[in-house]
This record gives sequence, structure tokens and C-alpha cells, in this order.
Amino acid sequence: MRAHFEAVAKSVTGNLKGEEEFLLNYRAEDSTFIRFNKSAVRQGGHVKEIELSLDLIDGKRHAEASLNLTGDEAEDAARIARTLDDLRAARGETPEDPYLMVNETPANSERAIGGQMPGPGEIIDAVTAAGRGRDLVGFVASGPVYSGFANARGQRNWDEAASFNADWSFYAAGDKAVKTSHAGFDWDARAFARAAETAAGRLEALTRAPVTVKPGEYRAYLTPTALNEIMGMLSWGGFGLAAQKTRSTIFLKMIEGGARLNERVTLIDKGDYRDCLVSPRSSAEYGVPTNGASGGEAPASLDMAAGELPEADALKALGTGVYVSNLWYLNFSDRSAGRLTGMTRFATFWVENGELVAPLNVMRFDDAIFRILGTNLEALTAERSLLLDPGTYGGRNLESARLPGALLSALRFTL
Amino acid sequence: MAVERDVPQPRRSTESLGGMVTVIHKGALGYAATSDLTASGLTEAVSRAVSAAETAETRMIPGFPGPAALTADIHYEGPETRPWADVKLGEKMGYLCDASQALKRDERMVDWGAGFWAIDKEQVYLDAAGGRISQRAHYLMPTLWAAASAQGETQRRSWADAGMRAGGAEVLDQLGFFSAPAQVGDEAIQLLEAPNCPEGEMDLILGPGQMVLQIHESIGHPLELDRILGDERNYAGTSFVTPDMFGTFRYGSDLLNITFDPSMGEEIASYPADDIGTRATREYLIKGGMLERPLGGATSQARANLPGVANERACSWNRPAIDRMANINLEPGEGTLDDLVGRVERGVYMETNRSWSIDDSRNKFQFGCEYGRVIKDGKLGQVVRNPNYRGVSSAFWRSLKGVGGQETFLVSGTPFCGKGEPNQAVKVGHATPACLFGNVSVFGGA
Repeated sequence: MRAHFEAVAKSVTGNLKGEEEFLLNYRAEDSTFIRFNKSAVRQGGHVKEIELSLDLIDGKRHAEASLNLTGDEAEDAARIARTLDDLRAARGETPEDPYLMVNETPANSERAIGGQMPGPGEIIDAVTAAGRGRDLVGFVASGPVYSGFANARGQRNWDEAASFNADWSFYAAGDKAVKTSHAGFDWDARAFARAAETAAGRLEALTRAPVTVKPGEYRAYLTPTALNEIMGMLSWGGFGLAAQKTRSTIFLKMIEGGARLNERVTLIDKGDYRDCLVSPRSSAEYGVPTNGASGGEAPASLDMAAGELPEADALKALGTGVYVSNLWYLNFSDRSAGRLTGMTRFATFWVENGELVAPLNVMRFDDAIFRILGTNLEALTAERSLLLDPGTYGGRNLESARLPGALLSALRFTL
Repeated sequence: MAVERDVPQPRRSTESLGGMVTVIHKGALGYAATSDLTASGLTEAVSRAVSAAETAETRMIPGFPGPAALTADIHYEGPETRPWADVKLGEKMGYLCDASQALKRDERMVDWGAGFWAIDKEQVYLDAAGGRISQRAHYLMPTLWAAASAQGETQRRSWADAGMRAGGAEVLDQLGFFSAPAQVGDEAIQLLEAPNCPEGEMDLILGPGQMVLQIHESIGHPLELDRILGDERNYAGTSFVTPDMFGTFRYGSDLLNITFDPSMGEEIASYPADDIGTRATREYLIKGGMLERPLGGATSQARANLPGVANERACSWNRPAIDRMANINLEPGEGTLDDLVGRVERGVYMETNRSWSIDDSRNKFQFGCEYGRVIKDGKLGQVVRNPNYRGVSSAFWRSLKGVGGQETFLVSGTPFCGKGEPNQAVKVGHATPACLFGNVSVFGGA
């Protein structure tokens, strides 16, 4: 694929006219996808796709296009030439862009990682073996993902990573399940089997009769996976300069009203809002140096500092309250006030005196981030989990987060 | 294309071109998608799909059928009176610049903008029995937004109720795009100055734009048969609906009538057949409040031994077909919005969704809207901000006590319905009138 990328960049360069320059993003994947339900295959297949994105620039005027390529150099050269003609026509009818910023200092890079990938048969063997006698539902994606960047100034960046990501749930009954994942760059069927056995070992606690608690405030422990759902909401405009300047950030009260998070949260800086993610476009609009953020100004590899609570002591520290393994479907109740709502899902437990009593039926929480990660944050765990995004909208996602668990003195449940 | 804070953004276009080969072989299914449509690329895809089926042989879920062979030759052309491609780029940009300037009503406006998202879609389905279905459709989604901020409070108002609609430039006139910006800007300012929505149990009228979301989340998703069969339990979730409920379960009051309607041309999920070649016809999902049939395509119907609809769909060439919503509509009743308001002694009117959250069984929901107005003694009163409400799906639909007529009916749709592993975002249409619900838990912000 690297040779094809170079051929594509050469083809674009060869079709430039006058003072034109370009920004080129190349993305390709050759993925195996297998979906399972009831410990059997639901759908399996392959997706092979090459996508090219082009920004054709002349002075301060530019236009952008993306298109699929075939891998056949002659066919692709024809598509590229046609697309460049379309972009020239569009650019001619577009006013100058005051916020266009082009990197003028080329910096090349190259990375290739990945070892043994599982074949479809190996995936099915491993998953159906793990699901034997159990109710397994989930999804495995594997194979290489390629990305490249090129510009007219000779910059070349290339990254290829072959990886697998197995994301599945063992169901106990009804909506009670243990959800887990196993991802990496080198497939080892025995390691997968061990991960599956560890997850299955947690099923027993879900077989007890579930309980329901009344709406109200309860002490709560959020696993790193649950906390990641909250971080996902904060990432929705929370850390970007544009969101700050347009007053749409959930941290509006930190910026304007003096609110702060708990000083344990070094994600901000000892609880205070510090730096924004600044894309080149925001940099040009607001006159702040860019720090390499993408256009959406959302963190792609969020990293939150650990605390001091040993994860093994989380139940004991919780005492009596709610142990939340997973949260689900979060959204804002009042963004200006920093208020969020969402549901518990999969494995949530009622805990008394540090012991799991029973699975808890799903509950809705509705609380402010300034309480969750502020006044009510008692501790963060000393261990952190690396959470790899299994998402595949538009292509396989390679984002991740590394987070601790969070112990809260109170979380407000409403339904 | 978009204009943000009076600055035209670079025009972006996307061409997605590829093919999906699905093979039924040795009682199993395999698929292979490729962006390489050369002869060698397609040959490779067929080989990989056959191999995928052979690998899954004897290990697929029970009850798996092959799709029914389609021998008909069908061509579908969606509506487009005034082709979007015929309107010059500069003219479109002019519309957006005018809208942007009209949106900014005073200095408290911190963000505003306007945009157009137009899609041309061409799809050909072929099967081994000689069937051929070709479809061509055009979609347009105009957007407007304005956000006003002062003293630590930001209120955003958008023109989002209509969502995406099938058609060309005529959609702008159908929806009143050119007269909307000033109202959107004014309402952002009104919301900034408004008190919070009151809290308590009271009557609730949802405008059709919010009804779209309510139908989508608490009727559409729970009726998807693949969810009921468990396929989505690891991702999008399951359903509180079980197979035994069809034909016996009271889902809502007797005013509730829900149809699957692939024939309403201006809705964005209209088609003659789904993506496995099943002919699509209008069917009642809920009639007189009683649950009649699920949203399940031929594969799920055979697995569950239940009737269904033609809704096995893929978002694009690079994803396999699964059960999806298409056009899911709430049939209109009679009367105007004023008629509904006139029946309310104490309540709130809400419109335009801004927040949505529901549990994985599609039961406990909490939704928020951009714009609310207090209703008192049968009249619309003060504007209120941060209007929210929560409830439980079937209990909520049983509290339906008024369904507006054609005067309140809106054809809408969203291109962002997410589901499936691998993930897929598809276009779904919803058409609905305004509706009145009793004794709903309503609350405001902060």
C-alpha cells in the first residue's frame, strides 16, 4: 500500500497547475469483520477500501474532496485528474478563506506495527470455543489499517498498523451481562481464551436476583470503562478552543464562573481549566498557536492521571452504594450548567459493606460534572486501563483512552 | 457547504463508490465489499465472500435462510423538481451568506451559521436469479443555528426539525428556509432571557420535530426484530419488546397508529425494495395502540417466525444489510396546534430536540428540547429554556391523549441513525403531527 500511496501523491503532484498546492490524506483498510450472537456466527466478511481526501489550494482559495480509489494506478490516476478538475471549478466560485493554515515546515515520519493476525477460521474457532455453554454476543475486527499524509512541499507521513479488536458480552439473563474486550497487534489464541475465561468468571455475580433502588443519591464507584463514557461526553466540545470561544463547552462555568473540578483531576490541571486543543483552523481564527489537534478538537488519546486507591480496595472503599461497570447513552441535561444524564448498563451492582449484594436493574443518573469530578470525587484508582475504541463508523477507529476508576461520595439517580 | 460566523467554509465533496458481494453457500453467508470495481477487484470480492461463507459453514446462527430470489426489474427515481446540481455554487453560497447575516440579531450572539448537505445516491442490486433493482435519489439537509450567551449561560436555537428530505432545491421553499433565519436568531435571544422550564407532573405537547425523536427512540428501535433476537446486545442494545407481544400488547393509547411507509417519496427512506431484494410495502406496526408487527426483514422473520417488513438495509456498499428503521410514521389525527393547546389547563409545549438518552432496552428515557413555552388555561404563554422530560416508553405512549391533524404534520428524517457491528449510520424518515401527552415528568435546567 505504501507504493500505491506514493503513486497517488505523484499523480496529484503531476496534475498541479500554476501555483497550486495540495494537502492529501490517504486511508485504506483490509478488514475482516465477524459478528456473533448466541455463541454462533451472525455475519462474517471482509471490507477492502481505499479513500483519498484532497484539499486543492491556490493562494487563500481552496476546495476539498474525498473519493474512493481502486488500487489500480491507471484507473486511480484518471479519477484523481477528474477530481482535481472538479476542485478547480469549485475553488473558482469560492471566496478566499481567511482561516486557511498550511504547515510550512515539512516533517516526515513512518511507522509500521503489527504481527500475526488471526484468519477468519481462527477467530470463529476461538470465539465459539469461548462461547460454548454460554450466551456470547459480540464482534471481532482484524486486519491492517493504513494512513498517509502528503503535501506539495514534499512532506510524507505514513502509518500502517495491523491489529485485532474483539469486543463481546457474556449474558447471564435478561439485560445482565459481562462486557469485555481483547485487542492487540499480535494474535494469540491462548491469550484470548484466558481473557474470555476471566470475563466468564464474573458471570456468577450476575445470576443473583436483581434489585431495584429508589431514585436518590448513592455512593458510587465508576470503573475506567464507565468513566470513559463520561469522558466521551466531555470530549464533545469540552476541550476545544472553538467550543470555548463560542461558549458551547460543558466547562463554561469553569471558564466564566470560577467553577472547578477536584484537584485530583490532572486531566485539567489540578482541577482548573488550562489548555485547549487548538486546530490549525481555530489557530487562524482566534490567533492562538495550534497544538496539532484535528478539526473536531476532540482528544484522540485521552490520558487521565492515576490516583492512589488500589483497584482491589475499590469495593471496600465504596462501602454501601452502586458499583457501575458500564454507562450508556449519555447526553447533556443542561450543558451550560455542566449537567449530564445517562444510564447504567450490563453489570451494575448494589454493594453493602464492601460486598456485592446483587445486580442492580438499570438506573438513570442525572448529575453535574462539577460534582462527579469535583466535590463528590473521593478517589481515583492507582491502576489505569487502556481502552481501545472498537468503533467502526466510516472505518476502523484507532482512538484510545487510559483512565483510572473513580470513587464518588454521591451520584444522583433519577429514574 | 457552510458559512460559519459570516465566513464561508471550504466546499467539501465526497464520492463513495464501491460494491458489496454477498454469497449464500453451504447454508452460510459470507460478504466482501471492495472499492475496487475493476474486473479483477470484483472477482477477488466474490472469492473472498465464498471463502467467508465456507469458513462459517455449520457455525452460523440457527434458522438462517437465503434471501428470496427477485426476478423483477425495478427502477426507482426519487423526487427532484429543481435539480440541486443545476444551482450554481456561487448562488448557493449567496443563500448561506444571506442567512448567516440574518441570524446575528445582537452582540450576545456567539455562534451562528448556515449550511447545505446534498446527497445524490445511485444504487444497483443484482441477484443470481436475474433480479435487478436500480434506485436513484436526491436528498437535501439545510441547516441554520444561532447561539446567544451572557453571564455564564448559553442558549442555542437551530432550525433542525425538518432534518433531511428527499428532493432538490425545491426543498428550500417547501421548508421555508429563506424566511427562517431571523426567527431562529430571535428565539436564541428569547431563550437566553427566558426562565427555566417549570418542574412537575403535567401535560406535555411535543411539536412534530421532537415527536420525530420520540418515535425514533421509543418505538422504532424497540421494534427492530434483530434487537429482539439479541443481535445488538453487545452494542446498540436489546428491547423491552418480546416476540410474544405481537398481536397482544397495548403499546399506546388507542390514538396511536404507527406505519412503516416506504412509499412517501419526500421522506428519505423511501424505496421499492430493501437491500436484500424484498419488495417494500406500507404496513401498520401499531394500530389503535396495539402492537401488530416488528421491524424485521426476511432473515429475521424466518429466525423469529414472525411477520415483518422490507427493512434489511445497509448504510452503504461497505456494510452488510441488517434490520433498520426506514420511514416510520405516526398517522395524523385531527385539529390544529391551537386545538391541542386549548385542551391543556397546565402544561408545557416543547420543540426541537437537543438531548436524547434512553436505556439499552429502550424503556427509561430522558429527552431535552431547545425551546419551550408554558401552557396555562388553554393558551401558550411564556417562553422557557432547558425544557426536559423523562418517562418509560410504553407508559408514556399510553398517556397519549391528543394527536394533531395534517395542519401540524411534518415530514422529517435523520441521516445519523447508528447501529450494527461493524457500525452503520443510515438515513431514516419520520413523519408525524404534534401530540399531547398527560401527566409527564417535566423539568428544567441547572
